[in-house]
Amino acid sequence: MERNQMHRQVSVMRQSLFDQGYLDEQFIQLEELQDDANPNFVEEVVTLYYRDSSRLILSIDQALERNPLDFNKLDTYMHQFKGSSTSIGAKKVKAECTQFREYCKVGNGEGCMRTFQQAKKEYTILKRKLEAYFQQARQSGPSETACRPRN
Amino acid sequence: MLKSKNGMKDGLLNSVKAGPPALLELSSKITALVVDDNTLNQTIHHRLLDNLGIQNQVVGNGKEAVDVHCSGKNFDLILMDMDMPVMNGIEATRKLRTMGIRSLIAGVSARSTEKEKQEFIEAGLDDYQEKPLTTTKLASILHKVKKDG
Repeated sequence: MERNQMHRQVSVMRQSLFDQGYLDEQFIQLEELQDDANPNFVEEVVTLYYRDSSRLILSIDQALERNPLDFNKLDTYMHQFKGSSTSIGAKKVKAECTQFREYCKVGNGEGCMRTFQQAKKEYTILKRKLEAYFQQARQSGPSETACRPRN
Repeated sequence: MLKSKNGMKDGLLNSVKAGPPALLELSSKITALVVDDNTLNQTIHHRLLDNLGIQNQVVGNGKEAVDVHCSGKNFDLILMDMDMPVMNGIEATRKLRTMGIRSLIAGVSARSTEKEKQEFIEAGLDDYQEKPLTTTKLASILHKVKKDG
């Protein structure tokens, strides 16, 4: 496939991640830290996010199985998960984390469980989309300028 | 997909236009310490500083920050997270100030209540920024390093 066409495809994939609300401005901040000396910085950071947060997710899952629920502990775990999600611009995941913490504040265990299932779903969807995006980007090779999302 | 580094630096220059013209030149002479237990934040903050030519070191909690100063090292700027195991950012900031450390300490935290922020500031911060740290936020911190230096 012609190189320019591949770059356009990558650009469209990237734009859709913003348009569909999966990513926010923070992802662009990470892209701006990528250069010739650090050509895979964004992918490295995203990989690190999925590696570190998988442990947090397991901890939250285990904590949600306890009876009674320890909302302080749950909130602490979710604070960390939200922080990491915010750092890579994972907009939908972050939103679910925020909702979860609201449920923690009022001691709504059912709300926590429901929201956490949704957070994991968004987390998994984003992972699939980003993996596909990075794979496509690698195949198309580097381009000169980032395409900022249309606002 | 890749934005040119010059583009990024021009953006940063524009954002610090109001300050001293030698800010970017200064940034290459500044040393910094990143204090954060989260490896993701460590990576991002290290890269943010690196990108501005700021030589920096990373430690994983407040005690390590104190220990590195006890070993004789000093930094112009310390980016201090709040929630950390062993010794949190509030305790570490208080301890460093008690030790006579006059570096610019910028609290960088995801905590958002005024009470938590105030407690952190009162521990001895010179600046406070909410996570995630960005180039623009870092530029505003660097302005303070120049002003107070």
